[in-house]
Amino acid sequence: MQQLVAELLKGNRRAAARMISHVENDDPLKRMLLTELYPHTGKAYVIGVTGAPGSGKSSLVDCLLQQMRRDGLKIGVIAVDPTSPFSGGAILGDRIRMQDHALDHDIFIRSMGTRGSLGGLSRSTREAIQVLDAFGKDIILIETVGVGQSEVDIVKAADTTVVVLTPAGGDSVQTIKAGIMEIADLFVVNKADLPGAERTTTEINIMLDMKKGDHWRPPVVQTVSVQNKGLDQLWELLQEHRNYMNESGKLETVRLERVKRELTDQVEYLLKNSVWEQVKEEVKLEKLVEEIANRKNDPYSAASELLEKISFFDQKTGKDD
Amino acid sequence: MDKSGKKIRVLVAKPGLDGHDRGARVVARALRDAGFEVIYTGLHQTPEQVAETALQEDVDVVGLSILSGAHMTLVPRIKKLLQDNGMNEVMMIVGGIIPEDDAEKLVSEGYAEQIFTPGDPLDKITGYISNNFK
Ligand SMILES: Nc1nc2c(ncn2[C@@H]2O[C@H](COP(=O)(O)OP(=O)(O)OP(=O)(O)O)[C@@H](O)[C@H]2O)c(=O)[nH]1
Ligand SMILES: [Mg+2]
Repeated sequence: MQQLVAELLKGNRRAAARMISHVENDDPLKRMLLTELYPHTGKAYVIGVTGAPGSGKSSLVDCLLQQMRRDGLKIGVIAVDPTSPFSGGAILGDRIRMQDHALDHDIFIRSMGTRGSLGGLSRSTREAIQVLDAFGKDIILIETVGVGQSEVDIVKAADTTVVVLTPAGGDSVQTIKAGIMEIADLFVVNKADLPGAERTTTEINIMLDMKKGDHWRPPVVQTVSVQNKGLDQLWELLQEHRNYMNESGKLETVRLERVKRELTDQVEYLLKNSVWEQVKEEVKLEKLVEEIANRKNDPYSAASELLEKISFFDQKTGKDD
Repeated sequence: MDKSGKKIRVLVAKPGLDGHDRGARVVARALRDAGFEVIYTGLHQTPEQVAETALQEDVDVVGLSILSGAHMTLVPRIKKLLQDNGMNEVMMIVGGIIPEDDAEKLVSEGYAEQIFTPGDPLDKITGYISNNFK
């Protein structure tokens, strides 16, 4: 296992791929591996790309890859698609638009399904970012469908967030979820070849001008990703935002917040796992549930009783296993 | 899912020059509905693209859809590239219009685990993969 980390740091692409699988599968070895990787992280700049299904996120990522490669940057892509709640399976199809870059060894693309839990997804995305960061990527692009809280959480891992909109018959801006609007550092109106692009752009601008205060006013840029139009400008604005984040000190602030969140998440995660593992071993949960349902017990006393028998940090899940 | 609860990842790829991917999409959906994570890459993939995608996505299964008749060159080529990548253990299955003799040869020479033809029901494919990861 030590070897996996060493290989990854040497630039072995298979090692990086295996490592992301360990992260995704919540493999027991994961913590040890991530511990070893951590000193090598913190260098990559993370850009989130989110927006409605079919708005052109993957096509934009494809175009951005081209722009970034022109500047000699190494890029990792994490493309997240929804897992079917019925079968647990998924079709991860974002790569279709990016396959021209498949043989460029300075680009590493990984598709991920949202799988089960929401917290779990943002954790495995964050950990996959760490893997690609330690792997030596300068930029990490994350594509997610912007539909709910889970996506907003994923985006919290990004230093710059791009929200992709389309003209879509003019009903666009009103229907954008409030949470999504707030996370944008930059708006893209993609499919600007379709009617209504001007109107959508104006609407976003009006909305942005009504809400003042922040130092960074998110720019709105029109693109036609299938014709590679507007991409020079988008890439320029992305770099501008990065400069702003650096110079204003905001990057440091958000990264500190992120580390704090990582730490608290990790504490809660360990506690929860350790507690439930012991509960599983110690008592018959079903029996308690039955007692409570029959009013022979109550959830409040039962919970305290359960916890009395438990040691709160089980060294089994610690670093030395 | 396999026995450890890990999701089985399947790359569905269309190498070669044949023109449509309806069949591959149908198979991809069936695999999703059977609980697999399907990485789908679209048309006209070169063997190099297929192998590199399999590597980056760390798939357990590579499923090739080949209707062009070029299976006797494409399948061994992709198998070789996968091995060069250290992916010896990845399961290779092939679907397409493949004569019986060719199918036998691809399997007996170790280039593919199983060959499916257009008449095969979809659950034969999904069942084959599931059984292998039990
Ligand atoms: N007319 C027009 N079509 C576009 C443009 N960009 C993308 N499309 C088309 O929109 C469709 C979706 O593009 P993708 O890049 O896959 O969009 P996406 O947001 O990644 O989609 P999901 O990942 O499925 O949510 C494709 O058919 C593209 O060809 C554009 O600028 N103009
Ligand atoms: Mg996409």
